[in-house]
Amino acid sequence: MSNSPIAVEEHGPELLHHFVDAEQQRDAATLGMWLFLATEIMFFGGMFCAYLIYRVWYYNEFAVGSRSLDIWLGTINTAVLICSSLTVALGVRAAQMGKRNLLVILLLLTIVFGFAFLGIKGVEWYDKYKEHHIPGPSFNVDDLVRDYPQVHIDPRHEQIYFSLYFAMTGLHALHMIIGIGFFIFLTYYALKGRYTPKYYTPVEMGGLYWHFVDIVWIYLFPLLYLIDRKPLR
Amino acid sequence: MATAAITTERDNYLNHEYGIRSWLLTTDHKRIALLYLASITFFFFVGGFFALLIRLELLTPAGDLVLADTYNKLFTMHGQVMIFFFLIPSIPAVLGNFLVPLMVGAKDLAFPRINLLSWYLYIIAGVIYVICIVTGGVDTGWTFYTPFSTAFSNTKVIEAGIAIFIVGFSSILTGLNFVVTIHRMRAPGMTWSRLPLFIWAMYATSIIQLLGTPVLAITLLLVVFERAFNLGIFDPTRGGDPLLFQHLFWFYSHPAVYIMILPAMAVESEVVACFTRKRIFGYNFVAMSSIAIAVFGFLVWAHHMFVAGISLYSALVFSILSYLVAVPSAIKVFNWTATMYKGSISFDTPMLYAFGFIGLFTMGGLTGLFLACLGIDVHVHDTYFVIAHFHYIMVGGAVMGYLGGMHFWWPKISGRMYPEGWGRLAALLVFVGFNLTFFPQFILGYMGMPRRYWQYPPEFQVLNVLSTAGSTILAVGYVLPMIYFLWSMRYGKLADDNPWGAAGLEWKTSSPPPTFNFDEEPVVTWEAYNYEEIPAPLAEVPVEQ
Amino acid sequence: MFDNFPLWPIRASAGAGNIDALYIFLVALSALMCVAIFAMIVVFATMYRRRRGVEAEQIEGSSALEITWSIIPLGIFMIIFLWGAVIYFHERTPPRGAAEVYVVAKQWMWKLEHEEGQREINELHVPVGRDVKLIMTSQDVIHSFYIPAFRIKQDVLPGRYTTAWFRATKPGTYHLFCSQYCGTMHSGMIGQVVVMEPAQYQAWLAGGTTTGSLAASGDSLFQQLGCSTCHRSDTQGRGPNLVGIFGRPVHLEDGRTVIADENYIRQCILSPGTNVPSGFKPIMPVFQGLVGEEQLTALVAYIKSLNPSPSGAASGTGTQNP
Repeated sequence: MSNSPIAVEEHGPELLHHFVDAEQQRDAATLGMWLFLATEIMFFGGMFCAYLIYRVWYYNEFAVGSRSLDIWLGTINTAVLICSSLTVALGVRAAQMGKRNLLVILLLLTIVFGFAFLGIKGVEWYDKYKEHHIPGPSFNVDDLVRDYPQVHIDPRHEQIYFSLYFAMTGLHALHMIIGIGFFIFLTYYALKGRYTPKYYTPVEMGGLYWHFVDIVWIYLFPLLYLIDRKPLR
Repeated sequence: MATAAITTERDNYLNHEYGIRSWLLTTDHKRIALLYLASITFFFFVGGFFALLIRLELLTPAGDLVLADTYNKLFTMHGQVMIFFFLIPSIPAVLGNFLVPLMVGAKDLAFPRINLLSWYLYIIAGVIYVICIVTGGVDTGWTFYTPFSTAFSNTKVIEAGIAIFIVGFSSILTGLNFVVTIHRMRAPGMTWSRLPLFIWAMYATSIIQLLGTPVLAITLLLVVFERAFNLGIFDPTRGGDPLLFQHLFWFYSHPAVYIMILPAMAVESEVVACFTRKRIFGYNFVAMSSIAIAVFGFLVWAHHMFVAGISLYSALVFSILSYLVAVPSAIKVFNWTATMYKGSISFDTPMLYAFGFIGLFTMGGLTGLFLACLGIDVHVHDTYFVIAHFHYIMVGGAVMGYLGGMHFWWPKISGRMYPEGWGRLAALLVFVGFNLTFFPQFILGYMGMPRRYWQYPPEFQVLNVLSTAGSTILAVGYVLPMIYFLWSMRYGKLADDNPWGAAGLEWKTSSPPPTFNFDEEPVVTWEAYNYEEIPAPLAEVPVEQ
Repeated sequence: MFDNFPLWPIRASAGAGNIDALYIFLVALSALMCVAIFAMIVVFATMYRRRRGVEAEQIEGSSALEITWSIIPLGIFMIIFLWGAVIYFHERTPPRGAAEVYVVAKQWMWKLEHEEGQREINELHVPVGRDVKLIMTSQDVIHSFYIPAFRIKQDVLPGRYTTAWFRATKPGTYHLFCSQYCGTMHSGMIGQVVVMEPAQYQAWLAGGTTTGSLAASGDSLFQQLGCSTCHRSDTQGRGPNLVGIFGRPVHLEDGRTVIADENYIRQCILSPGTNVPSGFKPIMPVFQGLVGEEQLTALVAYIKSLNPSPSGAASGTGTQNP
């Protein structure tokens, strides 16, 4: 196929033929993934920008909306994601060291944590559904108006808070789902012994992506859940 | 094999494999470039058809050709198709895909499968958009301003938004591929300062595609959500802010215009160098100006909003920044012109397009100065002056750059020469038709004719008729190359490796190139544009009088 | 130029001349640049056309030249910027004492109301030589109020007031266009501005039935809607005393200070819980959905009229958004 008389070195089937060597392939993948993460920052950035503006304008509604979220579930989810990032990082290390079984376990753990996160998020969303806090025709925040008589809440502005809440956590969850899907692939190939100390780039790239999704949550959590948790007067 | 349509004796990327699967599942950047060529040409004619209908309606002051709602859909879809499905992909996805690996000396782009994915995303988006068109269309203006698009329009806003969202990812992936390729896959000896200026400009374009397009994606997604789930983020009756939409939208859409023009500037540098047989004057400055345009381009978006209700002080800041971004573009024009000094100039079709480009881009760019000027913009904003300005840049600039590039690299892409006489005729028709179409619109704009008007007061008619007349000439100029390029694939003269005597690694391999681009990995020991070492093609040189 | 084939818009406002002057300067500058570049290209293309035996001269570049042709254009651009900025600043600063006309845009018509109460649809009568300030809002989508002959344009937004101003200098009838795409009959949302001699204008004002001045209708609305129950003109009311409030700074309960301009008054009526003045409880009922745009403008005009000084605050209609 390639008639270029490049120095023939030992390489496995993972080396794609348009690359000169494995190092170039790995460098390209790494740069590519970082650039992709930069695009993701810009993607989420638009929503963060909208959030920023409306929080300044409608602080009371944002504070009340924030209090209506379950801080314990949010905290647990944060812990879950941090743990999953740990398992990911350890997984990359395991791949580096050629420990196939350990890698598989860690990848599976990561997936479990991912599902746990999504499950808890599902519970939270369901709670919001029961409380009629989902934007749309059945949106109703009379309960919040009642619970917080000391601040004036405009239900329309409250709806903006919840719109942003669902848009931001929803897109985050979508990224989690994609991440879990990718990790399922990784687990499958790890089981087949594809990743060795010489070639574990996909694990590393998956790790980068997962850490990014985690970091987005680290921002979302305080911005959405912790706006104003001071004890009420 | 010898009688097959596009073959030379040698094994090349076109005859390497046959069959539809070998095309639809290819990872060869050159084949993907051709896949894109077919797709964007299709959409060019869709968008062009809408334009023709618009110009026909505008022959008379009354709205007597189509209904008002139909007209509103026509200009919306003309804009969206031309921008998202033609201009933004055009040079990067066709010429960029084809040439970037060749020019840096690589066998392919960094991520060939992602390259194919980007084409499929384009196709999926295109299908969705065509569905949108045939099931009623969209009438929000290409700019989707809220709350009209979120709460008042009765058309297929969601479908159009989703289609453009998806095609945005096609653009992002193309940009990602180019940046990684340029950084990591240059051949030995190909240092940054030896790169063709085409690569510098494509690099700058890719940075914008990477960083800007995601913002459009999230903005359109929020519009789609708002419509689908009745959110209130942009709805003023619920405390939302329509200006927030505009800021988010223009944050991408201004850099987007640089995505459209920088690649044309990329082509311009290569063509001018080749047909003056000279290194581009001020290589460093031209290279850096591309980067400067990309960076500054992100800082000027609210010059689209001077009368939108932004604060006076914001307006001042954005106006001044807009003047700053004009400087690097001016530098390029001066450098290309200076390159001609003491050159050895020939007038083949690509060079005719290059001349046209400098002229029209200069005019378009100068009128940008009018628009950046606060006092003037208040009067001409949202009038035909703006339409004329951006068509000068995008059609007079970007499309001429694209056509010039297609003619220049056609021998490399197809292994055939296009018919030169027809090429020059088409270039001339495009130039004349274009000016006749759009120059009157500057006058119309200053006179006060607003844009997006289905009907208009009678005193604007004469100029509108002139404009429509020009558009018919322009249309002929665009159809001709379609015909003779297709013709040349079977009957065109066979091209050798370097019919223009041009510098650049792509000319050191066969026309068309083999699948893996080079028979041997190139090792670069010369500077870019080493025209002193390359003889001019003899056939072109007339005998001294 | 030819009557039916004009090439230049009429100049009918005090500011138009300055704008045209700047425009002509830019046209001349552009023409000069184009001629210079095109001439150079033609000359080079002729002088240096390809000839057998004559090689191109490889010239790397010239930093001096690059810097020169960067600095000089930049300098010229700064001049253009400054000139334009001065004009724009003037355009965005309505003078004190301007006559106010309230504009409500809706798909697809312009509704205008003079202070004196005179209402118009798609037409605006103004006297020549008088400053006129437009206070505009939209009932639905974004529109834009554009009078080419005056060289003014301002987007008209739902949920907010935006302003524009002009001083007509030439009697006549001029186009009014909507210049922000707003749906089906965007191109039909046009009208005319009729500039009249002052005497004729007075006559026009006097003729035709009116329902009293805008402020007067606002006054009766103020009573009708029960506003006067809380907003008394003493310190006993549950709401702030509104006499003299317009255009003055208001200290809010969250510590910030804003100017009580048209937008603030409007927001207080439609969304009273936001930006509550300090010392007052957020108990004002919400009037969103209960008052239409014309009623809002009447209320705003009424509150303005409560000011002791002859004119309200001049350029109070701040556009808060960056």
